[in-house]
Amino acid sequence: MWSWVFHRITGVAIFFFLLVHILDTSLIRVSPEAYNAVIGTYKNPIMGLGETILVAAVVFHAFNGLRIILIDFWSKGAKYQRLMFWTVVGLWVVLMLGFVPIHLANVFSEVG
Amino acid sequence: MTTIQAPRTPSRSTRKRGINWDKYGWIYMRASGVLLIVLILGHLFVNLILGEGIKQIDFAFVGGKYSAPFWQIWDLLMLWLALIHGTNGMRTIINDYIHNRMTGRVLKGAMFIAAAILIVLGTLVIFTFDPCPAGAPANLVADFCSAK
Repeated sequence: MWSWVFHRITGVAIFFFLLVHILDTSLIRVSPEAYNAVIGTYKNPIMGLGETILVAAVVFHAFNGLRIILIDFWSKGAKYQRLMFWTVVGLWVVLMLGFVPIHLANVFSEVG
Repeated sequence: MTTIQAPRTPSRSTRKRGINWDKYGWIYMRASGVLLIVLILGHLFVNLILGEGIKQIDFAFVGGKYSAPFWQIWDLLMLWLALIHGTNGMRTIINDYIHNRMTGRVLKGAMFIAAAILIVLGTLVIFTFDPCPAGAPANLVADFCSAK
């Protein structure tokens, strides 16, 4: 049940970010100054933490989505759904351990 | 006496004829989902992990990417697949939680219009974008602009 709840919550969150992200990227068509001003706000530490949560949501939604596909199409999918849930959690932890230090180092560095 | 309906009885009668859109929506979520995993994880890897990550992203960075058809197509696929995937997901959620038919219709209509506008906007931006706009300061655009 929790995988289903998290899939919905992360899906809605990613959807609303996507709406904003298309609008901010569209500013490249306005002017370099306009785009740089808005994308600059993505580089402050608070937004950096937000991006970490966003990536965490995307990675969970991606792996749990694969799990849903396997439950639907693999003949043993339903039997192994619980094991696959913990596999999703495990892969999520591994990817986040790879991503978070790199991203936070970039966010909190003084470069740029 | 209250009659209890059989399990899985739909709240309104199901469509008997015509195209089964819900079925194609169901298939679309899975097919686009698999493609989006590759597209979005690749997008995140190139933009947030390689180089200086989030700090490298500015007009010149995007200009450099969009001067290659490879990234134009990549982002175009992401735009269409993700927006339709997301909008169809929101449609499912509205169907589940909004019991008033009129409210549901208004919400789904708003969602559809927002998605349509953003797909058109995003597609136009990808294909009409100029990485070296006339009069733009040289320090804000990609290095290759000054070579022209």
